[in-house]
Amino acid sequence: MINFDYVRVSTIKAAVDAIVKDNNSLWLAGGTNLVDLMKKGVMTPQKLVDINNLPLKEIKKEGNKLIIGALALNSTVADNELVRKEQPLLALAVQAGASAQLRNMATVGGNMMQRTRCPYFYNTDMPCNKREPGTGCGALKGFNRMHAIFTDTEKCIAVHPSDMSVGLVALDATVLLSGPRGDRRIPFQNFHRLPGNLPQKDNTLERGELIVAVEIPENKLNKHVHYLKVRDRTSYAFALVSAAVAVDLEGSTIKDIRLALGGVAHKPWRLTEVENFLKGKAATEVNYKQAAALAIRGAKGFGLNNFKLKLAPNTLVEALKTATGKS
Amino acid sequence: MATHQYLGGQPDEALDRVDGRQKVTGAAKYSVDDILPGLTYAVLVESTIAKGHIKKIDTKKAQSAPGVLAIIYHGNAPAIPGYETGGNPAKPPTGGEPFRVFQNTQIYFAGQPIAIVIADTYERAIYAATLVETEYNKDDQRTDIEGNKDKAVVPKGPRYADYIRGEADAYKNSVIKIEAEYIIPVEVHNPMELHATTAFWDGEDKVTVFDKTQGVKSTQRSIMDAFKLKEQNVQVNTDFVGGGFGSGLRTWPHVIAAVLAAKKINKPVKLVLTRPQMFTMVGYRPYSWQKISLGATRDGVLTGLTHEAISETSTYEEFTDRTVDISKVMYACPNVNTRYKIVALDKSTPTWMRGPGEATGAYALECAIDELSYAVNLDPLELRIRNHADVDPVRNLPWSSKYLKECYQKGAEAIGWNKRNPKPNSMQEGEWQLGYGMGAGNFNANRGRATVKATLLADGSLVLQSAVSDSGPGTATTMTSIASNVFGLSPGKITFELGDSSLPPGPTQGGSTTTSTLGSAVHDVCVALQQKMAELVTIQGSLLQGAKPENLHFEKGYITLKTDASKKVAYADVVKQTGSSQLEVTKDSQAGDERNKYSIYSFAVHFVQVQVHRLTGVVRIKKVVTVADAGKIINEKTAASQLMGGVVSGIGMALMEDAVMDHRFGRYVNNNLADYHVPVSADVPDIKALFIDKPDPFINPIGSKGLGEIANVGFAAAVANAVYHATGKRIRTLPITPDKLLR
Ligand SMILES: Cc1cc2nc3c(=O)[nH]c(=O)nc-3n(C[C@H](O)[C@H](O)[C@H](O)COP(=O)(O)OP(=O)(O)OC[C@H]3O[C@@H](n4cnc5c(N)ncnc54)[C@H](O)[C@@H]3O)c2cc1C
Repeated sequence: MINFDYVRVSTIKAAVDAIVKDNNSLWLAGGTNLVDLMKKGVMTPQKLVDINNLPLKEIKKEGNKLIIGALALNSTVADNELVRKEQPLLALAVQAGASAQLRNMATVGGNMMQRTRCPYFYNTDMPCNKREPGTGCGALKGFNRMHAIFTDTEKCIAVHPSDMSVGLVALDATVLLSGPRGDRRIPFQNFHRLPGNLPQKDNTLERGELIVAVEIPENKLNKHVHYLKVRDRTSYAFALVSAAVAVDLEGSTIKDIRLALGGVAHKPWRLTEVENFLKGKAATEVNYKQAAALAIRGAKGFGLNNFKLKLAPNTLVEALKTATGKS
Repeated sequence: MATHQYLGGQPDEALDRVDGRQKVTGAAKYSVDDILPGLTYAVLVESTIAKGHIKKIDTKKAQSAPGVLAIIYHGNAPAIPGYETGGNPAKPPTGGEPFRVFQNTQIYFAGQPIAIVIADTYERAIYAATLVETEYNKDDQRTDIEGNKDKAVVPKGPRYADYIRGEADAYKNSVIKIEAEYIIPVEVHNPMELHATTAFWDGEDKVTVFDKTQGVKSTQRSIMDAFKLKEQNVQVNTDFVGGGFGSGLRTWPHVIAAVLAAKKINKPVKLVLTRPQMFTMVGYRPYSWQKISLGATRDGVLTGLTHEAISETSTYEEFTDRTVDISKVMYACPNVNTRYKIVALDKSTPTWMRGPGEATGAYALECAIDELSYAVNLDPLELRIRNHADVDPVRNLPWSSKYLKECYQKGAEAIGWNKRNPKPNSMQEGEWQLGYGMGAGNFNANRGRATVKATLLADGSLVLQSAVSDSGPGTATTMTSIASNVFGLSPGKITFELGDSSLPPGPTQGGSTTTSTLGSAVHDVCVALQQKMAELVTIQGSLLQGAKPENLHFEKGYITLKTDASKKVAYADVVKQTGSSQLEVTKDSQAGDERNKYSIYSFAVHFVQVQVHRLTGVVRIKKVVTVADAGKIINEKTAASQLMGGVVSGIGMALMEDAVMDHRFGRYVNNNLADYHVPVSADVPDIKALFIDKPDPFINPIGSKGLGEIANVGFAAAVANAVYHATGKRIRTLPITPDKLLR
């Protein structure tokens, strides 16, 4: 194997310093994504900085915010009582990801940072602009069944594979960072990015910035929630399309709502416009269908993923119906 | 050698697995688990192009990487003597020449082994393998069957000639006509256990190999042939196999490569394939295009059946299977013709995968029969009964036994077929559409040749030995059951030894023949041992002196007189009486001429209930009932496990398995277990595995027909038919994924 150094740090500062000092280093959390990518030769860090000893595992309430440490395990988040009571959508989204064994290792920060599962990204003998900018997008005219229908470029049509992030983007979460220039907060919506001219960049994190926690504001959206993940088998498969739905219902009127889709873009896809359309409207299938049509405006298929143009709106309708008991 | 002894308490009819405890405690040793002193590790370097020639391999960098012991490639590979004589060390399935590892510069497929790197640790071997630099002269590859169908040819040999019974293409003149095309993509066996070979040489002409194989004897033979070695100088061991499904039926090039590497460095070498290599180096179910044309009368009596198939093979070997054969025998139809062709592509050679050609063919045939049932407005079950083949329509011979109608009835009752509203898309449960479907199949029930040695020890216990592998069905358990019943000894006193090529020759485990072949040999050797014991106890001053052998009764470790149970001699005492420590009998056993008088087949039917989500296209299998006529069931537990395993592979075939190749590169894009989907537990509903359990009177002395393959023959059709019943949509290309239902 390719030799690399391994160090363990126990403070945020040491973690940040170690990465800043060494351009070819990466943090290691659960390792469920990074180690695979190293085995495949897709990522070749010369140093791994193990951050598992950092005190970032806590899930707590501060004021009216739920704060989830970046090293909290996916399984811990999904089982946590506070999360289940106050932000059940997040628990559902996390639960839908990977397998029990992986969730027992995977962390919140690592989950947000996981790379795309595009096969061309994974195979170093094939073209991929994300892995090796300038080599072309293998998926564009290749096997693109899993790929994006919303994109700002044809340079990369990969999707971000995280389920958890679809829940977090819907819940207006904020990402708390600590970096060489101090602390910073990014709205979750701005954390992941569209590929544009820099498909190699998955997110807006700057070099040396460590995810410390995610913060979710209190809301009244915890009664009518659903995370619907459509996939090729019942478990342990990435989403073809997923939909995160949280609704504040008053009688049968939608007072407030959060919607996001997964498996459709280079980032978790928040549907703010659709939310605005539904706010104040009755929770009916007719309205859901109109909303779904709105949700898919501007989408484009690349061949094998054309079915998502139908699956995405359908999934949204079904998730809305399930969340609001209108099925 | 794997030694299996029944450890359970007092058994009821169906024994628990004799190796169950070893398997669940991790004590079972698989080929990859063998750690020998001084072990070294080998990794294969693969071709990244699918067609062309190697211009140059530069091993300098790799050679100087830490821990590297040797690198073998075409430029320095020692000769493999069996290759030079035009021998056939790896036994090709039908025609052509097997791929000869490291012998020349030609590239036949992407993922072809072009070099092997041996190092002191696995990690160092992997790393060094990445440093081997290869330059190619690349040619354009052809890997897609679609678009190359015009290059399909009829395989050589009479077996593959077009078959005609009555009139060809008679469907054309029928009142009712169905013509439909079906596609099954490449499926990969993907047993959980990776293929692994550990080899070491003892001098110039003696080698020991630990290998994942479904046949220790056939692997031994391949290595003997390749390296020109004597039988007693090639030792092959396979204690446990972590699933094979057909991938372990051949001796693949990597096995020869490992043996070669061990010879070159004169140390034990272990080679474990990677998961991506499992897609290109150990076979796969070939992609197939099939067309079924049916003609029938208005009341559903078949008047014509035409089955055409085109399937793929490599450019160096002709792989064929029996894709179209099921259409010849499944139904009584006066006019049947088949056409089978293969296209040579720049891919590795396919191989048999569970239920092989029969499962492939039954998918198309049984879907088409379902399509016909709607065209003639008849219950698909009734349609099948109307066209039931009472005799083998190909050979015009009686069946040795056939209880397919009983299977139909039993299965229909168990699934609640009468609750089915015959109209498609008529049974809703909210957004879920409910559907019922069925598919049937048959499989030639063979019996091969096997030798078993039985040794009765002085403590009255019995040891049975034969050189077979157990790829999972529980062979030692079944054999223990047979021996216990025939020999009259409690299973706890019986030990079965297998997985060792030096034992008396046993069959390769494949084609659903192990129970029939080996079980018959166990039967015969037990009877022979009893005869020998009878001779001993009826002479000299024995308590049973003078008794006629046919008046003796063998039960629970004692020989008694049928007429007087108080006169009894313990088996142990028979041994003691001989004055030696044990009594041995070896028996070779094989089929007689029963196959000239009867057609011998197993039969099965699958019923499934599915739900299809109207909006998302998700298919859930809610219930499965599979009923098999496999003759006498020796052990209901292991038999039911066989059916369930077959059903699970059928669920994969129907709903998810699809090895996707990007033909621009001739390479797979989902060659890992995250992206190549096999069913997870949550995909598998309660499976009712039922049996007719009536002995076949002719096949062999134990009355058992085969079971492993029919468990997957016709299943995918049952699912596809249920999906049609649920939705009114015919998906004729497997797997039935949500995208296809949304189109
Ligand atoms: C077979 C398989 C199936 C899967 N299926 C799904 C699925 O269905 N849905 C889904 O959502 N996910 C799925 N996953 C992905 C899984 O969720 C991720 O692998 C996991 O969440 C990554 O977390 P980790 O802690 O192991 O990250 P690591 O692998 O340790 O790290 C991943 C990356 O994040 C960086 N990193 C880690 N922590 C921080 C931090 N605090 N700040 C900044 N950077 C950091 C690392 O440097 C690294 O680059 C699957 C994974 C596998 C292997």
